[in-house]
Amino acid sequence: MTLQTPLHDRHIELGARMVDFGGWDMPLQYGSQLEEHHTVRRDAGMFDVSHMRAVDVEGPRSGDFLRRLLANDVGRLTAPGKALYSCLLNDDGRVLDDLIVYFRGPDRYRLVVNAGTADKDLAWIGAQAPASGIGIRPRGDLGIVAVQGPQARARVAGLLAPAAAARAAALAPFFATDLDLLGAEAFAARTGYTGEDGYELMVPGSQLRALWDALLAAGVRPCGLGARDTLRLEAGMNLYGNDMDERTTPLESGLAWTVSLEPGRDFIGRRALEAQLAAGVPRKLVGVLLLDKGVLRSHQKVYAGPAGEGETTSGSYSPTLERSIALARVPAATGAEVEVDIRGKRLRARVVRPPFVRHGKAQIPL
Amino acid sequence: MSSQIPAELRYTASHEWVRKNPDGTLTIGITDHAQHALGDLVFAETPEAGRTLAAGEACAVVESVKAASDVYSPVAGTVIEGNAGLGDAPEKINTDPYGEGWLWKLKPADAGAVGGLLDAAGYERAIADAAE
Repeated sequence: MTLQTPLHDRHIELGARMVDFGGWDMPLQYGSQLEEHHTVRRDAGMFDVSHMRAVDVEGPRSGDFLRRLLANDVGRLTAPGKALYSCLLNDDGRVLDDLIVYFRGPDRYRLVVNAGTADKDLAWIGAQAPASGIGIRPRGDLGIVAVQGPQARARVAGLLAPAAAARAAALAPFFATDLDLLGAEAFAARTGYTGEDGYELMVPGSQLRALWDALLAAGVRPCGLGARDTLRLEAGMNLYGNDMDERTTPLESGLAWTVSLEPGRDFIGRRALEAQLAAGVPRKLVGVLLLDKGVLRSHQKVYAGPAGEGETTSGSYSPTLERSIALARVPAATGAEVEVDIRGKRLRARVVRPPFVRHGKAQIPL
Repeated sequence: MSSQIPAELRYTASHEWVRKNPDGTLTIGITDHAQHALGDLVFAETPEAGRTLAAGEACAVVESVKAASDVYSPVAGTVIEGNAGLGDAPEKINTDPYGEGWLWKLKPADAGAVGGLLDAAGYERAIADAAE
């Protein structure tokens, strides 16, 4: 059975074309996917991401538990509200999911995990957790709206009373705070998945529609998962299930920077990652810019000359660059130029370092 | 939703349209319904002049932001030209699917083959049936 967010009927009213995503019936686009993409790069757009699962992890042993559970080190979170991106690994160092963990205060953390993996994650987390001293509470009662774009924060500020507006204005990137939003107790995080500034706003599901409609009235454009995918790809952000999964480690997924290998912390998957590092990481995830005409898609073969062969993991037309871009997993020795097989033709492509776009601007030479 | 289905054209159930030109050649493209379903088009690959096509042969590709879709030749024949104008402006397929967004021109192997294609009413029914 297909799951629906509290905004499902509203999406239909707004003319959305719906699509199944991770078991949820979600908006793919409301009108032109390109226009939705450009709106986020140039102004402000919003996404219903209530399919993602917030999970509160609290209690005296929560910090120690998360330091063992996650590949990145929540011990680095000392300032209340600070967020951290991390992989959740299995014992083989393969990626079960990627998530954001927010440090809400001593012994209080909130994780946000992907929709399609939420049940698997919760089973894994529950199995690893100590029997006492910790509470793990999935927050299916919360709805999440991501408001993204150069004007996103200003539009949200317009909905806030002075005290809350001051809290929001003081929020640094990758920090979150509790605040009053239209009479609802909200959790506002200056995070996102687009490469633009903005917030991810969590409110009780019953209040989600009021928030959505207030944002709509403030001129924030509804955007679907189609635009969300091209925005995150331009931003060089991995999509779980495409760019990494249970067959890959973070080291071969462009995510070594999220693995904290400081001595003295025994996290799940650590030994496997250290063994891979010692043996040499055989593959790497790179950005690819197509030089010939065409459109890169996932699962296209990449020819890296004497280094061997690889495969694109995500690919699309980049609306900002007006070129085609991809992420690709290729042999570690891959050089600056590759060829990609598109319908039997080998097209020329350049290997680049993501992100492709940040804050509306190209980050790679075209 | 309603889409334009010009009465003077012929159609296929796979959403190609065919126009009979006065010189006996055919102009082929994808329908308004198809371009709308595909969304913003960002790339088109059309067949090269001189290529011989069988009826139903996949010979062009249109790609939206989301996905690539094959386009099939409605009838057999020889390609006269592909629409080079789409190389830099594939969005013409969205904005003018029956005009500047044409894909290729064909010299049909059998001048009568077009008569076997759907007329506008038949295509409209085909869309309605598919939507049920």
